[in-house]
This record gives sequence, C-alpha cells and structure tokens, in this order.
Amino acid sequence: MSDQSEIWARLGRLTPARIGLGRAGSGQPTRAILGFGLAHAQARDAVHATLDAAALQERIAALGLPSLALASQAADRAAYLRRPDLGRRLAPESRDRLAQAVDGDCDLALVVADGLSARAVHENAVPLLEAFRPHAERAGWRLGPVVVAVQARVALGDAVGEALKARAVAVLIGERPGLSSPDSLGIYLTFDPRPGRSDAERNCISNVRGAGLSPDRAAFKLAWLLDQALRRGLTGVRLKDESDRSLDGPDAAGTIART
Amino acid sequence: MAYRHVVGPRTWAFADLPTLLAKATPPRSGDRLAGIAAETAEESWAARWCLAEVPLKEILARPLIPYERDAVTRLILDTHDQAAFAEIGHLTVGDFREFLLTAPSETLARIAPAVTPEIAAAVSKIMRNQDLILVARKARVVTRFRNTIGLPGTLAVRLQPNHPTDDPAGITAAILDGLSYGCGDAVIGINPASDSVQALGELLKLLDGMIERHAIPTQGCVLTHVTTTLEAMERGLPVDLVFQSIAGTEAANASFGVTLDILTEAHQAMLSLKRGTLGDNGMYFETGQGSCLSADAHHGIDQQTLEARAYAVARAYRPLLVNTVVGFIGPEYLYDGKEIIRAGLEDHFCGKLMGVPLGVDVCYTNHAEADQDDMDTLLTLLGAAGCTYIMGVPGADDVMLNYQSTSFHDSLYLREVLGLRRAPEFAAWLQAIGLADEAGNLLTGAGNRLLADAPGLAA
Repeated sequence: MSDQSEIWARLGRLTPARIGLGRAGSGQPTRAILGFGLAHAQARDAVHATLDAAALQERIAALGLPSLALASQAADRAAYLRRPDLGRRLAPESRDRLAQAVDGDCDLALVVADGLSARAVHENAVPLLEAFRPHAERAGWRLGPVVVAVQARVALGDAVGEALKARAVAVLIGERPGLSSPDSLGIYLTFDPRPGRSDAERNCISNVRGAGLSPDRAAFKLAWLLDQALRRGLTGVRLKDESDRSLDGPDAAGTIART
Repeated sequence: MAYRHVVGPRTWAFADLPTLLAKATPPRSGDRLAGIAAETAEESWAARWCLAEVPLKEILARPLIPYERDAVTRLILDTHDQAAFAEIGHLTVGDFREFLLTAPSETLARIAPAVTPEIAAAVSKIMRNQDLILVARKARVVTRFRNTIGLPGTLAVRLQPNHPTDDPAGITAAILDGLSYGCGDAVIGINPASDSVQALGELLKLLDGMIERHAIPTQGCVLTHVTTTLEAMERGLPVDLVFQSIAGTEAANASFGVTLDILTEAHQAMLSLKRGTLGDNGMYFETGQGSCLSADAHHGIDQQTLEARAYAVARAYRPLLVNTVVGFIGPEYLYDGKEIIRAGLEDHFCGKLMGVPLGVDVCYTNHAEADQDDMDTLLTLLGAAGCTYIMGVPGADDVMLNYQSTSFHDSLYLREVLGLRRAPEFAAWLQAIGLADEAGNLLTGAGNRLLADAPGLAA
C-alpha cells in the first residue's frame, strides 16, 4: 500500500486535478470534502463581494491618473447575475456624468470593472495599471480618465469607449471565479469601441493574478496588442497575440522601445 | 389562435402555442431574460391548465418554427412515426400525462418515435418532479458500441480526465484515477484545451493505446468540433465516438458551426470505421437549456422546449450517449439549485420519452446559487429516474472547464444507495483485473494492476 500511495503522490504532481483523494467507503475523505468546500466558499465570496470603488479611485489617483466612477443599469448583484443585458448598459446618471467628463478624444479608454470577482480587481487592477503606464508613456498614447464601473460586464466598455471618443478600450474585469482561482483578472481590448461589438471582435488576456500571469507580463501583452490594434485598425480573431515572441526573444527590450 | 383559461373573475389569454408553452414553463431565469416568462404565478398555472386541454394532434399540426424556415422542424416532422402516433393521437396533454404514468416500459418504447420534442416538453410542463422521475424510470434506452449502456438497474459513468494544457501525463494520471474507482464505462472523454488536429491526434492515440493495452471494454472520445473529428478520421486517426454540441434550432446549430448535413457526413464516416464491437451507436452529443437564447436563435420559444428539440436532432443519428450539461451555462439561464434540479429532471425525462439515451452532467458554476448539496439532490433523483450516465471528474472539480460536476466518488455513492451496477462488460473487466468483486464493490488493499501504466513508472 505504501508503494501505491507513493505512486499516487507522484501522479498527483502531474495534474492540478484532484486525483488520488482516496476514499472513506463510497465517500471522499474528510480533508477532501473540507478543502473543496473552502475553495467553493472563496469563489462564492469573490462573486458576491462589493467593489470598493472609492478606495480604488484613491489608489488610481496615487498613480497620477484621473478616474471616474460609473454604474451599469443592474441595480444589485442579483439583477446583475440574472440580466447580463443590464450589466452591458450604463445607468442614465452615469451616462450624463461620462458625457460631462469628455475632453477631446483619446487613444485608449481604460475601464476597471467588478465583473464576477471584485476580489480580482482589488488585488490585480492597480498593479496592472501601474505596470502599463510606462508602456503608454513610451508610446505616447493619450489615455482617457480611468473609469471604475460597478455591476459591469465587458461590453459596458463599448459605450464608455464610444463616449470618450477612444480609438480603443481596455476593460480590466474580474473573471468568473474557478475553484482554484477566485482572484483572476481578465483584460479585454476592443478597437473602435461602440455598442454592438461582438466578443469575436475583442482580444482577451486572461488569468492575471498572483499564481497566474503577472501584472508586468500582462501589461506588456496589452501594450503589444494595443500597438498592433492601432496600426492595423482591428482587434479580435484576426489579431493573434504573438507578444510572447518579442517578450522571450533576445531583442525584447528593443521591441518594446520601438513601439 | 388564442388559448384562454378562466380563473374566477379573470380570463387569461395566450396568443399562440409558443406563448402558451413559455408561460406554462416552471419559472427559470432564462425565460425571463428572453422576456417570455409568465408575469405572475397565477398566469403560469392558468397556462398549465390551458395547456393540459390542448390535443397532441394540435401540437403536431402547429410547428413552433415554420417548416420552411428551420431544418430542425423539417427533421421533426419528416421523421414523425404516424403509425405509432395512432396510439396517443386522440389524447390531450393532460390525458397524455396520465397515460404515461400508467404505461408499462414496452408501451413507452413503442410510442417513442411518435413523441415530438414539443409533445414531450408540453407534457413535462404539467408534471411534478416525481412524475418526471417515475415515467423516465420506465423508459429505457439501450445502446451499444464496445459495451452495453442503459440496461435496467445500471448506471454508467463518463470518465472526464481534463487537463488545462492537455498534458498527456496529467491526463493519463486522471484516467488511471477514474478507472481505479470503477468509472469509464460510458466513455473516457476528454475536453481538449486546444482545437488543433495535431493535438487531437495525440489525445486520440493516448486513449486508443490505453483502451487497447488494458483491453478495457469501453470507448474513447475527444470532444472537439465535428469537422475537426472528420479531418482526424480522414487522416486515419483512431476515432471511436464522434462528438458534437447541438441545439434545437437550425440557427443555433449554425452558431455552433454545424448543419444536419455535416452531422450526417460524420455519422457515415464513423460507421465506415466499424470500430464498435458490440454495436454501431457511435455518436455522442451534448446539449443544454439556454444555448439557443445565448446564440440569439430562440424564435421566442422557451428554453426547455428548445432543449427537447435538440434531442430530435440527436435521435436521428442513433447516438451511444447524449447528455445535457445542465448547470454549465450560468445563472442567467438557470439561477439556482432549484431551477437546475428541475431542468435536469425535465431534460432527462424528455430525452428518454423520445427514445434518446440521456445522461446528465450534474453541474454548476460558481456564480450560480447552487452548491454540492444541490448536486447531491439532483444526482440522487436522477439515479432514481434511471439516468443513463453521469460524469466522473476528479474531486468534482474540472480544472480545464472551470466548473463543478460530479466526482468518481459520487458514482460510488449512487451505486451503494440505489444498488446500481455498471455496464456488464465493464463490470466483468473490473472483476477480471482484480479491482472489484462480483457484486461490483471496489476491493480495498488489492494491488492496482493499472498503475504499471502510470507515466514514468512503466517497466
């Protein structure tokens, strides 16, 4: 038996799947049941956590970036979960506030949205913005005010981007929490944003979190994609993310400098 | 033609059959999202009263989507068995419920080709959960490829060894784990992270190698798009089951990139390979309520009726396995445990009534109001209903698709509580290699011969 448990331990290292749990009769061992329950609880808490927009705005201000807090038409989490259409549209007073904030056009509108994990936003959005800012400065991109949006879906960025007369919009949003990833941030980049854009017209950078893609690497990818999007005038299925090549290549620094 | 029902001082009117079916559907978030659900509880029950009085003949005569506009409607009507319909054609929906509760298994098998999805969906809407369980339990559907699936008193398990990057060693480890719990008689089925034919070929060879080496009486499947599988078959790769996700309207299927013609072509290609030893049921389909609405292809029809229409598509290809992935789509379609449980029982009932070998992926996502206790409830009810198969995912946590399903252990639980056996050929194999006894109980302390196959441990 000890031979076998050693084999299972070794097999367990080959996959993140919950294998080799053993059993108590027909059931799972207590440790396995409690571990699963805890992971699910963390994912649930992430879904239902409220985004602290004010605190987030303070941290964004500390980066030297102006920001603006907006809300979707979904009044609360229950409405948000049942009605994805409401989460894609700006609430009327938010639409007015956004209209007043418009000051010319910009290259990129940035939207930080709670999505399905406020926790992901609290932990990863500001580090991502901080890592991205030098790329924007180097490239000379003009940024719109950072919009902090609550009860928001990805497509809310289309309305924001259009209102801010942005050439592209990047939505930093909490992803649907997995059992082992309650804190994962996604970034959706859309060229020429306007309501009605489909998901096939966006590029996605997924799994931005401590145990996943680092903010530095994610910011590099975003800058690479944005540069391509602005040059080629498109995002989506026809724009493949080949940023790894330039990041891992011998001339990575040079590639970045040229953008 | 409008349908009417009077409740006290109030007359409820329903403009047409799609409206009546939608309003009569037990509440769920997807129909509300589509704007077709009943506004009040009374309206919903008035619709059910009204629906109970509709003759089955009338449902047949009033296609929900016109014949000219939808290939699934044409399939339903062109393959409808008029002779078998003679036995039930005189009934109303309400009468039909009572007919089903009374009918023995042979009768249900005889009328299955006469049951259109709309008839199955209509009667399910006026049935309680216990009705759905009782009737489904009597409606047995037996299919064969390398073993026999669906015999009375059995429950099969799809072993689902997914890995976030399709790592062959990681997948092999999960397969060995599942087999050790006696899972995998329905199929060993991988959802690949990559959709390239190259990656598909590696996984197909891995499955074929393991099944061959251990002489496991089961079948393998890589759940990729049917056109990719067609290409794999053309390249001579070892394809057992041909998989495709399907839905209940032509437009929704188009959003999946499939037509009935493509499915027919794949079905023929699978048959020509002749890889089944006991039978030629070689298609595997997945479905789920809400897929048509999600594809903006629902034609104002409620999601449960559309789901039943997907079974009409499946039925045409004599599949080995069909399962609804009931809670995968999210809370905007099925909000909580109650809605998921109801939908799982409806889907299973409608499939079985139509003669389709229905299994259920008992599952949920983290943004649904559901947890493992809800899954235990649905799992147990489906076991009682004679569900063909369930999923076996390590620890119920799918690390590739990021949702929670049922674990290998869950199948052991269900077998112990309800006395359900495995597919007989697979059970005999488990006994032969010393993993289970004659009654199907897993043996403890026995050396596990499969582990010689463990990655990096092979002699």
